[in-house]
Amino acid sequence: MEDKDKKIVSLHLKLMPYLEKYGILLLLVIMILVMHILQPDVFLSWRNVTNVFKQISWQSMLALGVFMVIVTAGIDLSVGSIMMLSLMILAVVAKAGAPWYIVVITPLIAGFLCGLFNGLGITLLRMPHPFIMTLGTLYIFRGTGNLISGGTPISGFTDEVRYLGHGRIDLQWLGLEKSQYLPVSLVLIAVVYIIFWIFLNHSKTGKWIYAIGGNPNAARASGINVNKILVIVYSLCGFLSGIGALILAGRTDSGYPNAGLQSELDAIAACIIGGASFFGGRGTVLGVFAGVMIMGILRNGLNLMDVSSFWQQVLIGSIIVLAVYVDVLRRDLGTRK
Amino acid sequence: MSATTNPLLEAKGITKYFGTITALENVNLKVHAGECLGVVGDNGAGKSTLMKVLSGLYKPSAGSLFFQGKEEILESPRDSQNLGLEMVYQDLALAGNLPIGENIFLGREPTKNLGFLKLLDFNKIKELTNAHLDKLKINVKSADQKVEELSGGQRQAVAIARSTAFNAKVVIMDEPTAALAIKEVGKVLDLINSLKKTGVGVIVISHRMDDIFTVCDRVMALFQGTNFAEANLSSTSRDEVIGWIMGKK
Repeated sequence: MEDKDKKIVSLHLKLMPYLEKYGILLLLVIMILVMHILQPDVFLSWRNVTNVFKQISWQSMLALGVFMVIVTAGIDLSVGSIMMLSLMILAVVAKAGAPWYIVVITPLIAGFLCGLFNGLGITLLRMPHPFIMTLGTLYIFRGTGNLISGGTPISGFTDEVRYLGHGRIDLQWLGLEKSQYLPVSLVLIAVVYIIFWIFLNHSKTGKWIYAIGGNPNAARASGINVNKILVIVYSLCGFLSGIGALILAGRTDSGYPNAGLQSELDAIAACIIGGASFFGGRGTVLGVFAGVMIMGILRNGLNLMDVSSFWQQVLIGSIIVLAVYVDVLRRDLGTRK
Repeated sequence: MSATTNPLLEAKGITKYFGTITALENVNLKVHAGECLGVVGDNGAGKSTLMKVLSGLYKPSAGSLFFQGKEEILESPRDSQNLGLEMVYQDLALAGNLPIGENIFLGREPTKNLGFLKLLDFNKIKELTNAHLDKLKINVKSADQKVEELSGGQRQAVAIARSTAFNAKVVIMDEPTAALAIKEVGKVLDLINSLKKTGVGVIVISHRMDDIFTVCDRVMALFQGTNFAEANLSSTSRDEVIGWIMGKK
């Protein structure tokens, strides 16, 4: 009996690292299979798959930014508001008749500066927790966005401005039909996620971000300028929200006051589902991507099946609790020696 | 070790205030190459503060530090590391979520160039880590093991390995055996002795008389933030040192 137990435990220990790394992908694959069985004609069709990617495109940018912040054991509640403010600035600049290359770059700069503001506030004003600073800027940025736009939607952008959110890459040269195009936003997600994967896993700064999340005192004692790294992380998070704004501008062709409302919570949820730890230092870029996908597929699949959006809220909430509970169980097993 | 050679590290008249609290007042300390200095004192005597001043984590309110005879001003732990002054903290200052190798090289990771990108060289980290752990005869399963999976003694060994990976000249250890099982204490003390043989100056802060009397050559006592007493190990006794800690001469 004991021998058998030992065998099971050692099997668990061998499997654990893989489950930890790829378990969330397993969940994603299972979800895709279930949706495919429930909606065999529609779910995996070219049109629906590209639709899912278009729908998650801007959320995936916010989630990636928030993920980096969560790795440092921080939190950024202002990403939705940063995106809204960047979008409004973009809309105002576009309406003023600026050339497209200026319009395209403004949300990126605006997002970066908002993030810088967060980072400097957290470090220079020595806020007791990033929650407080970014809760403040959640209101500040959204209010500012409404002030500059007058609280009304501003619509109508040029094709160049809309390219990232709305553009299509024609695949007819591959012998595919005209309707089987590649959304530019899908390519953008891939490029941004790969760049940030390299940054977080293969650069010194990325390693230090994880170290700060693991033990800020260790990072400080190693001569790492913790405050500088935190400012970089919050600035990059703002920058990614700015990219989100640019994508959203393309998708909706409009800057509107409710843009990104509560999307900070979606971003946090995607990170948590994807296995990032609120205590910092744990989580992967792949996990965040899976988290974003799981939320996107759930919403898409439930829409296909005509389930009310109220049920979607209940289900997403349940998945968050379940995902974290599985993580708690996993850690229990990992520490039992 | 003779008194005529210059000390490797010397602190003169170190004073440190935290607001209205005086943590250290006019404290002097020196350590020579290949020597182990024990620093003892009751809780709140100022031992840890003094070590943090030496490592550049705190800036002294007054006083000066001399390294190999030259006055140095330490702005951050990076400055003291560049001089060859390393600290092993009581809370170990390791990031549990990172592997052993990445902890040893944290903040000083070797990189390789890929075009214009500077990427971490994981192979080199692993290679250097294995060589260094071998040199110190530290046994772990693999350099890729996460620090949170190690025992207390192994963590302490990693912390010491970390402090000596970059040709340290002085290593300061804050309570190196405090959290260890009895059989692990001996290993850490052996490690300290082998460091001394390589010419490193070691400063050990400890409550445990066994540690002090096993590895140290000289012992000094702090009492309420001031120098209280100092003697060569050969000319003192456990009871006397314990008396110093309590403020009795």
